[in-house]
Parts: sequence; structure tokens; C-alpha cells
Amino acid sequence: MRLRIEQRPEPSAQMRIAAPVIATALTFLAGSVLFAALGYDPLITLHAFFVAPLNSINGLSEWLLKASPLILIACGLAVGFRANIWNIGAEGQLIIGAIAACGVGLFYPNPESPLLLPLMFLAGTGAGMVWAAIPAFLRARMNTNEILVTLMLTYIATLLLSFLVHGPWRDPAGFNYPQTALLPPAAMFEPFDYAYRLNPSVFITAVAVVLMWLFADRSFLGYKMSVSGAAPLAARYAGFRESSAVWTGLLAGGAAAGIAGMAEVAGPLGQLSPQISPGYGFAAIIVAFIGRLNAFGIVLGGLLMSLLFLGGETVQMTLGLPAALTRIFQGVLLFFLLAADFFIYYRLRHIPEHA
Amino acid sequence: MIPRLELHNITKSYPGIVANEDISLSIQRGEVHAVLGENGAGKSTLMKIIYGAAQADSGEIYCDGKRIEAHNPAISRSLGIEMVYQHFALFESVSVVENIALAIKGVFDLDRLAAEIKTLSARYGMPIDPHRRVHDLSVGERQRVEIVRCLLQSPKLLILDEPTSVLTPQAVVKLFETLRQLASEGCSIVYISHKLDEVQELCDTATVLRNGRVTGVARPKETTSLELARMMVGSQLPEMHVSPSVPSEKPVLEVRGLSAPARDEYGTELTNISFDVHGGEIVGLAGVSGNGQAELIALLSGERTHSRSETILIGGRPSGHLGAGERRKLGMAFVPEERLGRGAVPPHCLWENALLTAHRTGLVRKGLVERGQARDFARRIIDRFKVKANGPQSSAQSLSGGNLQKFIVGRELTLEPKLLLVSQPTWGVDVGAAAFIRQTLVDLSRAGAAVLVVSEELDELFEICDRLLVISNGRVSPPLIRKQTNREEIGLLMTRVGHGEARRSEVALEN
Repeated sequence: MRLRIEQRPEPSAQMRIAAPVIATALTFLAGSVLFAALGYDPLITLHAFFVAPLNSINGLSEWLLKASPLILIACGLAVGFRANIWNIGAEGQLIIGAIAACGVGLFYPNPESPLLLPLMFLAGTGAGMVWAAIPAFLRARMNTNEILVTLMLTYIATLLLSFLVHGPWRDPAGFNYPQTALLPPAAMFEPFDYAYRLNPSVFITAVAVVLMWLFADRSFLGYKMSVSGAAPLAARYAGFRESSAVWTGLLAGGAAAGIAGMAEVAGPLGQLSPQISPGYGFAAIIVAFIGRLNAFGIVLGGLLMSLLFLGGETVQMTLGLPAALTRIFQGVLLFFLLAADFFIYYRLRHIPEHA
Repeated sequence: MIPRLELHNITKSYPGIVANEDISLSIQRGEVHAVLGENGAGKSTLMKIIYGAAQADSGEIYCDGKRIEAHNPAISRSLGIEMVYQHFALFESVSVVENIALAIKGVFDLDRLAAEIKTLSARYGMPIDPHRRVHDLSVGERQRVEIVRCLLQSPKLLILDEPTSVLTPQAVVKLFETLRQLASEGCSIVYISHKLDEVQELCDTATVLRNGRVTGVARPKETTSLELARMMVGSQLPEMHVSPSVPSEKPVLEVRGLSAPARDEYGTELTNISFDVHGGEIVGLAGVSGNGQAELIALLSGERTHSRSETILIGGRPSGHLGAGERRKLGMAFVPEERLGRGAVPPHCLWENALLTAHRTGLVRKGLVERGQARDFARRIIDRFKVKANGPQSSAQSLSGGNLQKFIVGRELTLEPKLLLVSQPTWGVDVGAAAFIRQTLVDLSRAGAAVLVVSEELDELFEICDRLLVISNGRVSPPLIRKQTNREEIGLLMTRVGHGEARRSEVALEN
């Protein structure tokens, strides 16, 4: 008997559902072997990874708090990814959004104005879009590679943030720490309960998910984007402009990332510091792909990714697992998820040895 | 006498289809054997199995009475079996002799090989210069390179897959002379085709395939084309109804002195092209592929725009600078030659593909897609044009080439265009569907639309067109009335327009 990989005539609907289940099972298996080999009890470790973080209300609050920006940004990025517009600079757009929002919050003449939060929202959105408009303009006009430009702009954003918090925006009363002053209360989302950090900015994410669904599944704009992605020549044939796909794709990602940045400073952070994001902008790329670029999938992907962040911290703190090991475990899960996806479109077939 | 090649009960299936089922045939020395069938009948698969490029699931192959156990192209060559593919595998940027040297075993001696190529190609009446670069060669000349490559191996069996689809009528005559000479020297020839007249002219025996099975073995010279066609198609062919055309007073499409540089090194430059298409008539554009058809059609469809708007007029309006969407608003529709990836989005389902160009017909409201209406629209196309599909939910890539073509033609026709551009309307489409598509084009033009058909099949153009243009080397001939011209005249123009003839046409237009 030989085995051969061949394309399925139609993508398998059963495999579409089975793939994540199989991937999870394989991850648990491979993870158990890994943990056992290093002398950790697999069951206790897996429990600490996936169950312990959600055992308390605080855990649940943190879970949603971290999932929210991931889902929000992934929704924005997926708009572009559907048209093969590769914005991988959401991290930079998030930072710029956070800077703009924080700037408004700190320097608006009336720190108690109820307009403060809406203005910060607009500033964050606009700044993220401006940052994404640079690669959009360059791509649409000069056909530059948006992957490179968005990535490089992320470094610029990071350095700009660093300059601001070390220099002009540093809090004079902050004992020389590289951070800005705290935002006034009117510039912050009020948490649902002061014991926990979760705040109403999750509703923004909820709206984004609905918009994303509407866009991808129902709108003509979304349809045009998916034609551009799946068959660029067909888009040209039908007369859909490539430049409009480029602008839409990049601006949607920039806006979502900018809002996420605003929600971070106006939410759990309350000020700018050199590290305002644990890599949400990059992790959201993975979330978008785990979620297969559709709204419902992105929600699940974001929740999973957020749980992996939390679980990784928990096992480091409670069991003393090395940080590298938790990263490996996260990598294994993503590996199996993407590998299992392969079998939605392909299958293994037994070929009899004797033809 | 032991046959040169025998096949016993060959069966081969691919996911979803059985390409060959229980096929047996036998070929004698010096015999020219046709494998006749429509596109998708399983001819190419069978040839790949004979050549060893694909393995049969079951069945046996005998060469000179000996069974071939494990088959592959290397074994074929050692047995003297050579194959000329439909799509040539040549390196464009190096010379003929270098290309051939790469395919041939033995000492790498370019000078000796070049001399051999020269004598051999001259002996068989198809001279080629071994030192020319392949990208300078016409398609017919490229085919010669492939054939000479095979002949250098002194083959016992030569397989040719649809060799005439890219040739002018004159080149076909030349090719047939060569093949007859080869056969008289004892080489067996397997000739794959769906063109009845060629098979009747050239071949001693024909094996007819339909849906992967043998439906008949015949002596083509003693069989009528009608009988052969019936074996191929399995039913009576519908008759064409072409009523006389009544051209509109004003042309719907006017092309005025259109010139455009080549898009890349291997593209064709368009030089001073002018012609009209009136409502109510079908104008055909004949020519060997690669002579500027792709460039011209892209400029007409708006996929590529022109800086001078008055070079192309649609309904009297300067349109050269307009994009595809804007030209469609003026009543243009277009069926491109590539179905998957250009005329349709492969992974999208049929109702989504209906939306591709039909979104202006009320299928989109307030920026949202009216799914129900798009489904109805797709279902109407499927019913009216007898597209074999499971319904509006089937993906475009799940349809056979012919059925997808019917869907795309159906979609563009349902838009009720004033001007329809069609490129290779029946490429890869089976005979029955091709007849249907041609009849639909005729009906559309008789209802008042202007139709421009670009095709490499002269028979097709002669069947449906009122006037014919010939494109060669980026220049277009003055129009010829179909009833006053013939294949020979067109064939000559296909090769000559680029030099001299075009000058005269320019003069004629200026006058």
C-alpha cells in the first residue's frame, strides 16, 4: 500500500468542523509528551494552562479584556486579508492610535468634558487610519510592497512612542519613569466593577464583529474584496478597481488597530509607557487566520489566543514552567490547527501497490 | 504481424471522474491512427498513459509484443515512443539547438547537433534554423522544433496531441506531408484530434472515444463525417440557423488608428488598427494566437485602458480611457478566453459568479447583496443555457470547462448587451454545447447587438460571421465579406498581413 495526497473535488464540510477538534486533541497529546519529558505532570499542567485561568471572575474578566483587542484588530485585518492585502503593521497602527488618543486625553483644555472619550475615540481611529494610509497610498500609486511598508512603519511607531514617553510627554511627577501622566477619569472607560479591569470597550469589539460579518457575508464591497483576493484577473475583468481594494483593506485594519490602541490607554493602561501592547497587533494576524477570516471564527480564535496568553502566564507563575516552554506549546497548537486545515482541501488516499 | 502498440482494457480514474474506461486498441507499423473525441472524452489521458506520463489503474500495454511492466517517459523513449504535447515545453530565451540538446541524452556537441537538425528538418520539409532563439519563433515553428526533437530519436511511434490547433491552413498541409513521409518510412503515428476533416484526410484508422469509453473503430477515409460525428457526440447535432444580417446604420464599436506598445518582452505591439462592428452583425477576428489578439481584446474590454480616448468608440462615445466597469455601463459585455480566474472566480459559487458582472441589474441594494435575487438570476442562466450543475450553490471550479463556458456566455447574454466581445467562445467545449453557443451568438446579433468574435477556429468563424478580419503581427487586415472569401485567402493573410499587405490596407483607409 502506498499513500498519496490528492486534492478533494470539493472542500470537505465534515473536515471543516473536525479539523479544530483533531488539532486540539493532537496538541494535548504532543503537549503532554513534552511536559512529561521535562518532568511536569501533564494533567496538572494542562489544567493550569486551560482551566485555572478561568476559575475566577477576575480570570474571566482578564480573558475577555485580552481577547477584545485581538478580535477587534483581527476583524479589521481580515477585511484586507480577504483581498490579499497584507497589512502586518497593525501593531504600529495600534501604537499610533494609542498615542493620538492619549494626547487628546492629556492635553484637551477641559479634562472633565464628557466629549473627551468620544474625541479620543475619533483621534485613535483617525491616527490608525493615517498610519495605514501611508502604505495604501504607496501601494496604490507606486505598487510598493505593503508587507514591508506596514512592518517598517511599526518600528517607526514604536520609536515615536519611546521618544514621547522618554521626552516631551514624560510625566514630570513620575520619578523619571518613562511614562506619561495618568489620564483624567473622564478620559477613561469606567470598568464594570472596580474590582476587575474589564470595561465597556468590549462593546466596541462586539460592534466590530457584527460589522465584519455584515461586510464579509452580505455587502457588495466585501464581495468585491473577495474577488480581488481569489482572482485578481476576474476583478479587473469585472471592472473592480484594485486601488479601492487596497485602500479599503488597509484603512479597515488601521482603523480597527487604532481603536484597539485607544481602548488600551483609555482602559487598563490609563497612560502611555514604552510597552503598551504585548504584541496584540501581531497576534491578531494569527487570530484572523485561525478564524478563517470570518467573524464567528475570529471570535473563537481571539478567545483561544487570549487563553493561551493567560495560560502561559499561569503555568509560569504556579508551576514554574520556563517561558520558552509555554511559547513552544502555543506554537504546537497553531501548527496543528493549520496542518489540520490542509485536510479540508486535500485527502490521503491508499494506492494499491500493484497497478 | 505483431502490432507496434497494443492496449488492453486500460482504465484510469481521477477524483470525481473516470477518464478512461476499459480502452483497448492496436496500432500497426507505419499506420496513422487517429484517436478522435470531443474535449474531455479522455484522449489526452490515454496518450499520457501510452507515453508513461500517467499510470493506468488497470490494464496492460504491449510494445512490439512485449508487455511494458512499470511505465514512465524514460522507458517510452528507450522503446522509441515520442510525444509532441499540445502545449510546448520549450525554454523561450535560448536557441533551438540548446533546447533540443537539453532533451537529448548523449554527448553535448552543439555544432554536430545543429548540423543534424538542419539536415533532418530539411529532409522532412520543415526547415528550421537551429541557432534562432525560441521566443522569436512562431507557434508553428515551435511545433517543428518539438517534432524535430522527436525525430532525432528515430522514433518507432510518434504521438501528436491536437497538433493543428495552432497552425494556419497552409502549415497544416505541410505538417501532413511530413507525417505521411514518416509513416511511409515505418513510423507509427497516433494522431489525437477532434477535427473530423483532418482525420479523414490523414488517418488510416480511427478509435473514437466518448466519456472515456471506446464508442467505435472506423476507417475514416471510408466513413462519412456524419457517422464519425455521431460516434463522437452520441446524438444528432443541431443544425445552425443563420438568417441574413441587417447591419445598423451607425457602428456600435469603432476602432480608430489604435496603436499600443507590447506589455512585455514576449507581447505583441499593436499598430494602427481600425475597424467597425455594426449592430446586427457578427464580425470575426481570425489569426494564429500570439499575434496581438490578447492585447487587442484587453484594450477593447477596458481591462487595459488607452491614453487616447477617441481610439475606441462605443455607441459613438470615446471610450479608450474608460475602465471595464464604465464600458459595461455603455452596454458592453465580454466573454474572455480564460474561464477560471478571469471570466469566473474558481472557488466562488455560481450565484456569486453571476454577481461578478450582473451586479448592476438590481442584485445589489444599498451596498448589500440581494442573495435571493442573485440565486434566481443564476438559476435562470442554468435553466436557459442548460448548464450541468447542482444549482447556484456549486462552485465554478466544480463545473466542466464547457459547462462553465455556457454559464459565462449565459451570464453575459442575460445582460442584454449592445456590444458583445467574445474570445474563443468554444475552446474546450464539446460539439453539442459549441453548436448551442454559436447559435446563441447568431441569435443575439440578429436581435440587433454588435458581436465581435475572436477565434482560432476558422471553421467556426466561417460558420457564424458576416465579416472577417485577420490579425497578424499586431496589424489587422481590412474587412472581408465572409461570402466572398475562403479559407485560403484568410490563411494567407494570417501569415502575411504583417509585411506589406497592411500598408495597402492603411492606404485604403486613408482614401
